[in-house]
Amino acid sequence: MNLKGATAIAGLGITKQGKVFHTNQIGLAIEAVQLALDDAGLTRGDLDGLLLNPGLSWADQGMGSFQLQQAMGLHDLKLSVTMNAGGATACAMIQHAAQAIAAGLCSTVACVFSDAPLKPPKPKGEGKAGGGSAGAYGFARGLDAAYGQFGVNAMYAMVAQRHMHLYGTTNDHFGAIAVAQRRWANLNPAAEFCGTPMTIEDYHRSRWVVEPFHLFDCCLVSNGGLAVIVTSAERARNLKQPPVYIWGMGQGHPGGDPSERLASGAGMARDIAFRMAGIGLKDIDVVELYDCYTFTVLVCLEDYGFCAKGEGGPFVADGKTGPGGSLPVNTGGGQLSSFYMWGMTPVSEGVIQVRGAGGKRQVPNVKSALVSGNGGILSTHSTLVLSNQPS
Amino acid sequence: MSYAKPIPTITPDMKPFFDAAKRHELVVQRCRQCGTHRFPAREICSQCLSRESEWVQVSGLGEVFSYNVMHQVYQAGFAAEVPYAVVVVKLREGPKLVSNLVGVPPHDIKIGAPVRVVFEDITDEVTLPKFTPA
Repeated sequence: MNLKGATAIAGLGITKQGKVFHTNQIGLAIEAVQLALDDAGLTRGDLDGLLLNPGLSWADQGMGSFQLQQAMGLHDLKLSVTMNAGGATACAMIQHAAQAIAAGLCSTVACVFSDAPLKPPKPKGEGKAGGGSAGAYGFARGLDAAYGQFGVNAMYAMVAQRHMHLYGTTNDHFGAIAVAQRRWANLNPAAEFCGTPMTIEDYHRSRWVVEPFHLFDCCLVSNGGLAVIVTSAERARNLKQPPVYIWGMGQGHPGGDPSERLASGAGMARDIAFRMAGIGLKDIDVVELYDCYTFTVLVCLEDYGFCAKGEGGPFVADGKTGPGGSLPVNTGGGQLSSFYMWGMTPVSEGVIQVRGAGGKRQVPNVKSALVSGNGGILSTHSTLVLSNQPS
Repeated sequence: MSYAKPIPTITPDMKPFFDAAKRHELVVQRCRQCGTHRFPAREICSQCLSRESEWVQVSGLGEVFSYNVMHQVYQAGFAAEVPYAVVVVKLREGPKLVSNLVGVPPHDIKIGAPVRVVFEDITDEVTLPKFTPA
């Protein structure tokens, strides 16, 4: 069964993003769902499915989707699951919602992410180690720290360093991505860095977090919530917003050691999604790539086939991914410069561009958007193709 | 003066590694069925799914596979050393170890450079394998 155009994203809800302290992750999730329902012209009672990607602050709470159901008084859900494939979850949630709807298992599903890792300002203390999925890569917990390796930034940096060594990728290349995305953010009133321009010199002057990553190679950390409503294409046509049709979907989780592969699962996921959509790269008008780091964007551009493996650096060096460039990438500023809602940031910008609602940053004549999610260290991947055309 | 950096917890599965390090020997796990070396300890071989394994001494020789240079202080014991490098060493036998390269300034580290293991006794109980140019 080909699901091309069978379902659509009918509602989008984005809460205030960044240093948002008025409520916790559950409150932010509820706000996001309410905003998405309002956007679609639906009410709470119309939902019969709920998929939740819990952010870090949900960590000690089991059964997140049930907790959210109870907290917002949803009844008689036919689908309720908490999902976590890291940054790949957002597109994967939408995929599974679309599949369930197309199979007739349910009709209208809210896909939600929320997180509140930032705490209100307080006296500065020691940083803390991250690296929640470290064990999966075969690094011994506790042993890394003995050698001074802390957090995911450091683990990702190891992989980036290999790419630089093997392919000649440089910080100028990473910086070209950071600057391009900042230029997009400067056109996006919802971006945390909207009012803050950045030059390549600013990029190089930004402090090192862990070489080869400068501060501006790393995504923001944001409190907030973000939800979309997925429903059948038929129903979406009768709702408030122009439907954002789901043309293609796919996942790719290669396994093994990312520092050996230096590639994500994007190629796998692309093949599945593009086959469903019946399109090729030339049919893509805007690209919204998961960007935990500049490096991740560079690798995924290679893996989707916009350039050859290893040529991502020279490919982005001329700024073609920025406003006015030949390949618009992360047109809201992405997670580097707008806000970090895991994979929901690229999803939301894909929806906005396909609707033609991007204001000053709107890319002209957008029909189709490529949206990606990437989790772990180049280890989980998901792809969506979105379009404003029914088929 | 007491040792100020994090001291790894000796978990039961990793005890043979720390016992060997204390004797200044480097050991990793080897699958008894397919012979694949692995590190850190896993109960089941990810290649052949066998549960049978043994700890075996390895050459201690390998090469710098990758490295990073840490600039943030996550733990007070490293405050005096930033920026300092962390390396991933790929042993001749295959496994990769996160470690430090002794005697090489961070920006002189070269991926591919041959290295050999050395041992640093950090407490009476714990010894850390580190590496130095071979």
